[in-house]
Amino acid sequence: MSIRLEHLNYIYSPKTAYEKHALRDICLEIPDGEFVGVIGHTGSGKSTLIQHFNGLIKATDGKLFYNEENIYEPGYNMKNLRNEVGLVFQYPEHQLFEVDVMSDVCFGPKNQGLSLEECEARARDALKLVGLKEKYYRSSPFELSGGQKRRAAIAGVLAMRPKVLVLDEPTAGLDPKGRDDILEQVAFLHRQTSMTVILVSHSMEDIARYADRIIVMNHGEVMYNDAPKAVFAHYMELEQAGLAAPQVTYIMHDLKEQGIPVDTGVTTVSEAADEIMKVLEKIR
Amino acid sequence: MIRDITIGQYYPAKSILHRLDPRVKLVSTLLYLISLFLFRSIAGYLVATVFLIGIIRASRVPFGYIVKGLKPVIMLLMITVVFNLFLKKDGEILFTVWKLSVTTVGLRNAVYMAVRLVYLIIGSSLMTFTTTPNELTDGIEALLHPLNKIHVPVHEVAMMMSIALRFIPILLEETDKIMKAQQARGADFESGNIIQRAKAMIPILVPLFVSAFRRAYDLAMAMEARCYRGGEGRTKMKPLRYKGRDRAAYGVMAVYLVAVVFVGRYVPLKVWIF
Repeated sequence: MSIRLEHLNYIYSPKTAYEKHALRDICLEIPDGEFVGVIGHTGSGKSTLIQHFNGLIKATDGKLFYNEENIYEPGYNMKNLRNEVGLVFQYPEHQLFEVDVMSDVCFGPKNQGLSLEECEARARDALKLVGLKEKYYRSSPFELSGGQKRRAAIAGVLAMRPKVLVLDEPTAGLDPKGRDDILEQVAFLHRQTSMTVILVSHSMEDIARYADRIIVMNHGEVMYNDAPKAVFAHYMELEQAGLAAPQVTYIMHDLKEQGIPVDTGVTTVSEAADEIMKVLEKIR
Repeated sequence: MIRDITIGQYYPAKSILHRLDPRVKLVSTLLYLISLFLFRSIAGYLVATVFLIGIIRASRVPFGYIVKGLKPVIMLLMITVVFNLFLKKDGEILFTVWKLSVTTVGLRNAVYMAVRLVYLIIGSSLMTFTTTPNELTDGIEALLHPLNKIHVPVHEVAMMMSIALRFIPILLEETDKIMKAQQARGADFESGNIIQRAKAMIPILVPLFVSAFRRAYDLAMAMEARCYRGGEGRTKMKPLRYKGRDRAAYGVMAVYLVAVVFVGRYVPLKVWIF
């Protein structure tokens, strides 16, 4: 059970003045249960890439295998693929439409053909998971605050119980607390259900904290595809691609330059704190 | 899919047509559209065709791209053709299908009408292909300026038009995004009968309206924040001024008009029934 991309190419509006080669020769494999971070500057092809995962965009060229089945084969069950690969778009709150939160979250399960009770049960589970209070279940989604809307919209995808969850910048425009809450819940879900998670983000910090592996996109190509530590070791190249390593990477490199023998490979703030303490104690 | 709608969109290219003053293009398009109804002979159609081909070449917009813009109106075109074909009773009968007979006049009218409609659409879409929405509204504002005297709010109308035009691609993109988001949640827009399909539109239309209103509020706020207060006393950074090529374009247009009317009326050319 995995997603595998072979020499995938995608061109927007081919043979016109708007032609744009958005993805070039992408070869990737995302095994089951992994937490993958996708990062890249604006226009690097991240969003285009993830829309291929559930067949919303058909590649101009190349193959995409889901569970070893080529999804571009004629007669492939797209609907089933979309049930298994849940995609949360950027600003998902813009897709809310129902009269109340509950019915909106039920939209996905309902399309899966589940009974009303089953839909509601799943919706409740999903809403609980994203941490939306029960008193909001029957209010209009348009009355909620930005963060609450976001949670409701994410619940709308979770209620479908996907095996792979793809999130396109789920924290864009949220305050730091809202951001941490949502990412924590996603990480929790990942640990609990061993769901595959693909997280697109601009923030190296977020990705470094949660991802097992990082895919760096640059000008429609995969620039790096490796463990966070290995990717951040290329922090100079990342900067040239318009990205940056987590701030701790810079601090650790600076410390090392100043003669404090720390390991520059740490990727999160807490790891860095431990590392610095360890080194300081040794020096003393 | 929705990105493929090309009618009414700007196509960036470097051509003489793109550089022309928008007023020239507006007036010329209007004249061209009228000219299509000033003749009834095949000779006139030939002149109009040659002129249109020349303009298409000069615009540097790929022909395939222009043709793609015709897709949405194919239905309308078919209906017009069918009505003209079967409902004209005068002239010789060519053949009869069931109770409906096709006459020479009917066939001629159908073909002429189809060609006219296609030319009409191509002609007007060439204008939008080569003129940015901003230029277009500038041109309209300048042309309608005299109406200010009778208290028509020309500037406001032009501003509304330019906003509306500007929002077409944004709303198209938004629709595309919402459609995809709902598809990701298992929505199905393609199957089912007409009522089911109409119902399937609700998850698209509601968020689309919400976002249109949100954008409108944001834009109004942004305009107020920059002290926009309507057209009174407002000057332009790039006022429209006729240049040599614009006068030349008017000249070409005049020559075409004379040619098409003259040829269309006085050159006796007949091919079969046309």
